[in-house]
Amino acid sequence: MRVVAQRPQSLTSARTHYCPGCTHGIIHRLVAECIDELGLREKAIGICPVGCAVLAYDYFNFDMLEAAHGRAPAIATGIKRILPDACVLTYQGDGDLASIGMAEIVHASARSEKITVIFVNNAVYGMTGGQMAPTTLLGQVTTTSPYGRKKEETGFPIRMAELLATNEGSAYISRVAVNTPANVIKAKKSIKKALQTQMNGLGFSMVEVLSTCPTNWGMAPLEALEWLEQNMIPYYPLGEFKVKEA
Amino acid sequence: MDRVLMKGNEALAEGALIAGCVAFFGYPITPSSEIAEYMARKFPVLGGTFVQAESELAAINMVYGGAATGARVMTASSGPGISLKSEGISFIAEAELPCLIVNISRGGPGLGGIQPAQSDYWQATRGGGHGDFHTVVLAPSSVQEMMDFAIAGYDLADKYRTPVMIMAEGTLGQMMEPVSLRSKVTEFIEKPWAIGGCKGRLPNIVNTLHLSPEFLEYRNKVLTEKYELIKNREQKAETFMAEDADLVVVAFGLMSRIVKKAIMDVRNQGYKVGLIRPITLWPFPADEVSRAAEYARLFLSIEISMGQMIDDVRLAVKGRAPVEFYGRIGLIPSPEEIARQIVAVAQKEGL
Repeated sequence: MRVVAQRPQSLTSARTHYCPGCTHGIIHRLVAECIDELGLREKAIGICPVGCAVLAYDYFNFDMLEAAHGRAPAIATGIKRILPDACVLTYQGDGDLASIGMAEIVHASARSEKITVIFVNNAVYGMTGGQMAPTTLLGQVTTTSPYGRKKEETGFPIRMAELLATNEGSAYISRVAVNTPANVIKAKKSIKKALQTQMNGLGFSMVEVLSTCPTNWGMAPLEALEWLEQNMIPYYPLGEFKVKEA
Repeated sequence: MDRVLMKGNEALAEGALIAGCVAFFGYPITPSSEIAEYMARKFPVLGGTFVQAESELAAINMVYGGAATGARVMTASSGPGISLKSEGISFIAEAELPCLIVNISRGGPGLGGIQPAQSDYWQATRGGGHGDFHTVVLAPSSVQEMMDFAIAGYDLADKYRTPVMIMAEGTLGQMMEPVSLRSKVTEFIEKPWAIGGCKGRLPNIVNTLHLSPEFLEYRNKVLTEKYELIKNREQKAETFMAEDADLVVVAFGLMSRIVKKAIMDVRNQGYKVGLIRPITLWPFPADEVSRAAEYARLFLSIEISMGQMIDDVRLAVKGRAPVEFYGRIGLIPSPEEIARQIVAVAQKEGL
């Protein structure tokens, strides 16, 4: 008998709380598969954000810490500086990373902290019920931009991957999406590369993952995947923005 | 034993190193910056981590991460910075992580000034952040104690899995006194809860989120029980001529040394005055104050604030005697000024 599919060792058997059609589950699995394939589970320390992934400590099967809103990169710094051989990763959403945690992420990158950041961008505050995020697109309707996001009032969505790629301390920065099987495969490769960048001691690494939020976007799951393709990818182009070679 | 002349902030930093501190995370702020500067000089030579964080928030969260690995770590700041750290301190208290937090205090509110003050007493002793929690708070009164309390602070932190704060007036951080260097601490408590990779064990989780109301209440009860234990065991105070005193002055930190001098003076004038000096601000040495309330006819809380510790003195005295107050802020009164105030209060109350 040949095993064709099984749960990665780096995931627990807990059922996730994510909404139907949400792509957090896919991203969790990709991270877990990469950790397993690189043999890093017993060295891994994950840091959860405040946001939809706040309970990720129940899903990842390695040492975990739950952070205050936006502070994960600072916590990761404290851990990694004391345990330089550990594989330290943060898992953060757009409100957490690009709004309240902007200072922490920019400086972790500037200091070239040898950590890996999985940044899930779904253009909305999910857990609090669909408010505008710093990554919400112009015109996008949320509970705090009920007439659509207007640039005159709220400015423009932030492109985190491009922003952090300008930091000399960033060693690997990419943006991927998980809306099609082909993109999922590319996303996994990128996450693996980011983790390898950390373990090779090259510096700060981040993978921005474009993700869907059918519940707060008010769409069916398939419709949400299409909306991501048609609206998010044109504003948030996919690709590698910084690749520091060993 | 080697005796050296040291600045208070440097003695505290050296005490932390003696206690096995391996990482300092901080943000510059007067009058505490010498602690960061001392660590920035020492760690590259000794081996250890110094990070100048981008903010007070980041610094306390680096402490959160560092403490979660089980290592002895610290941060230092002053009032405005401690306000920013309050979020992190609340998380650390609930995650039950041992660490050392230093407040070299100055006057507020707002930006206040950089002159010494004790007006962060409420902030320090009532937890300071959101939720039901306390930190153990130690108040040194000499440069020697700056060193010794850093060492004692780590022991208390590990013993009770709690953040420990040292609160010292800016003057104490800046002034120099001879210090007896202590010997290196080597024994630490086992920390099976620490995160560091799950090789050979189940994953450890450091978490402060409790969505079930029953579990949230349970966690609060666990903390409360721990705080009761600390209150019962760890209250610490120094007394000075308090045994036969009609008037008991309560003062902490540097203020207590000035009060001692004033007491010698007013004793010569025939007033039976003594001092209780809280060493632990939390837990407040309520038992010592309560014992004194059995015989003393009058209490006087003297603080470098507009009157904060007086609340705790009153709670301990329980109405058995009047509790008066004298305070300045931003400047430290002279022994003569204090002696005059003691006499004035004694006369007013007919002692």
